[in-house]
Amino acid sequence: MLKMIVKRILQLIPVLLITMTITFVITRVLPGNPAVTILGPQASPEAIEAMEEEMGLNDPMPIQYLNYIKGIVTGDLGTSYRYNQPVAELLLDKLPNTLSLAMTSLIIALVIGIPVGILSAIKQYSIFDYVAMFLALVGVSMPAFWLGLMLVLVFSVNLGWLPTMGMGSLANGFGDVLIHLILPAFCLSTGSMANFARISRSSMLEVIDQDYMKAVRAKGIRETVVIMKHGFKNALPPIVTVLGMRIAALMTGAIMIEQIFNWPGIGRLIVDAINNNDFELIQGTVLFMAILYVFVNLLVDIAYLYLNPKVNYESERRAG
Amino acid sequence: MSDKPLLQVKDLKTHFFTASGVAKAVDGVTFSLDSGQTLGIVGESGSGKSVTSNSIMRLLPKNGRIVGGEILFEDKDIAKLKISDMLDIRGKDISMIFQDPMTALDPVFTIGSQIMEVINAHQKLSKKEARDYAIKVLGMVGIPDPEKRLKSYPHEFSGGMRQRVIIAMAIACHPKLIIADEPTTALDVTVQAQVLNLLKDLQKETGTAIILVTHNLGVVWRMCDSVMVMYAGKTVEYTDVRTLYSNPRHPYTWGLLKSMPKITDDPNVPLASIPGTPPDLKLTGGSCNFHNRCKYCQKICMQESPQMKEVEPGHFVACHFSKEELEKIGGSIDE
Repeated sequence: MLKMIVKRILQLIPVLLITMTITFVITRVLPGNPAVTILGPQASPEAIEAMEEEMGLNDPMPIQYLNYIKGIVTGDLGTSYRYNQPVAELLLDKLPNTLSLAMTSLIIALVIGIPVGILSAIKQYSIFDYVAMFLALVGVSMPAFWLGLMLVLVFSVNLGWLPTMGMGSLANGFGDVLIHLILPAFCLSTGSMANFARISRSSMLEVIDQDYMKAVRAKGIRETVVIMKHGFKNALPPIVTVLGMRIAALMTGAIMIEQIFNWPGIGRLIVDAINNNDFELIQGTVLFMAILYVFVNLLVDIAYLYLNPKVNYESERRAG
Repeated sequence: MSDKPLLQVKDLKTHFFTASGVAKAVDGVTFSLDSGQTLGIVGESGSGKSVTSNSIMRLLPKNGRIVGGEILFEDKDIAKLKISDMLDIRGKDISMIFQDPMTALDPVFTIGSQIMEVINAHQKLSKKEARDYAIKVLGMVGIPDPEKRLKSYPHEFSGGMRQRVIIAMAIACHPKLIIADEPTTALDVTVQAQVLNLLKDLQKETGTAIILVTHNLGVVWRMCDSVMVMYAGKTVEYTDVRTLYSNPRHPYTWGLLKSMPKITDDPNVPLASIPGTPPDLKLTGGSCNFHNRCKYCQKICMQESPQMKEVEPGHFVACHFSKEELEKIGGSIDE
């Protein structure tokens, strides 16, 4: 088991290198000269030249690349010219906001989505199943930004129950943050919730009529235990796969939601960076998101080892 | 102990309600079974053998329902019990061995935890006692090194070993009745004998009754005290093994016995079979279910469903005609 995990982590190294390289290339081919953006269109060619020199833009590409990798390894993601702050610092500063939004959404999605999916599977073809799966279909199809705007319109503008934007302040108490969190978190969660409901249902349906389920019932075990212990554990691997994809999607999905609800997170940071052609900030945030995907996938793979003893057994045999 | 049978099934009817009609999967099954005895249920696929055993366990799919008859287990009609009351019986008084050991064990739990699950469901034991007990039953069914094997997952066992594990779970709570639904069908021939011997030995030790569902008459001769032959959801003949072998009465039983290949058969002669196919279970009733395949078929067979008759003590047959009458109609069974 441990051997497998170590092996899987070592495999990350090339993946991360490729990720960094792609990020590097993308930011180099973006239109616009960062030096011009910083100095403004009226800057003299000499000033631009000096700025480019200072930013290392005149170095040969391999040198730029090496400097870039060196920076990442030492934790230096460059400096945002607009905020005049190290990118890493900015990211760490905004990360908790995005995390709290994304994690709240994730919890909402899991707590509602999975039980609904399981119930739908148990009561397949019932009214509950039809209604739940119709809503799930709507949920996966509906663009989050549209839903966000509608929710704001109804609950904030028309009814006035909830704030329209911002994330409140802890200084006003935890409740203030919470009330600001409701709309964006719910809005961000709908897609994932629908996804969880659908995958839980189909995955559960696949195991619910298996012989071993009947065998457990034949032991005199209560139906709820049969479903929750044996059914759910067997149905879990596809759900975890989706979970991994959704965690990453929630972080990136937050970009849109943070715009709509003016939530000061990494998503806002990225959009700001792109709007302002804040070259090193773009590079840093994109890389950060990419690495996040990679690590979530690593966690999913490790989770498989625990969830399916057969995966573990076979991979260990292969690893020798 | 009372002299009443352990299990009495009387005119059991289990129907499946499907979109295209009601399938009468079990439509009149009657038999009884004493402690320590083995009953074989034979019949071809779709004759209702498994539905009968699942009805006794009350493990029917959602669209299946017991619509008539009684299942008296120790004088209690379990056909009418609430499922919550069945939980005390399943696994404890009546346990089940499944056809395919490759799929009947939960792949994501160790076999130790699966055995302890049934132990803990019915007995108040500490964790350590339950574990020791699980080791003991694993040893009883002939799993080598049982203590170490507790931590193994099902996929680390061969088919025969898995069936032993399943048997261990079935005997763990000293059931009064074990229903074995084709326990050897999915196993290699060499392993089949081992598993059957194991069942037989365990029965001798514990005095449990066994219902053995099979389509292999050879297994019946070897294992069973009595046999019930089923066809299209009905009991067609029910008696003790010796009588069935020496004096079969129902034309279907004759066909079944004749279609058993013998080692002395001429290899160039095609295997005997019963021509035709079983009826659609949605359309049965109102006639003898076997009439379309029966070479002794008469007018009455198409008009009336035959009732079970006791033709000699302990020998029940559901046919309109006696053996003598049949022989007059179409010749003896050996032709």
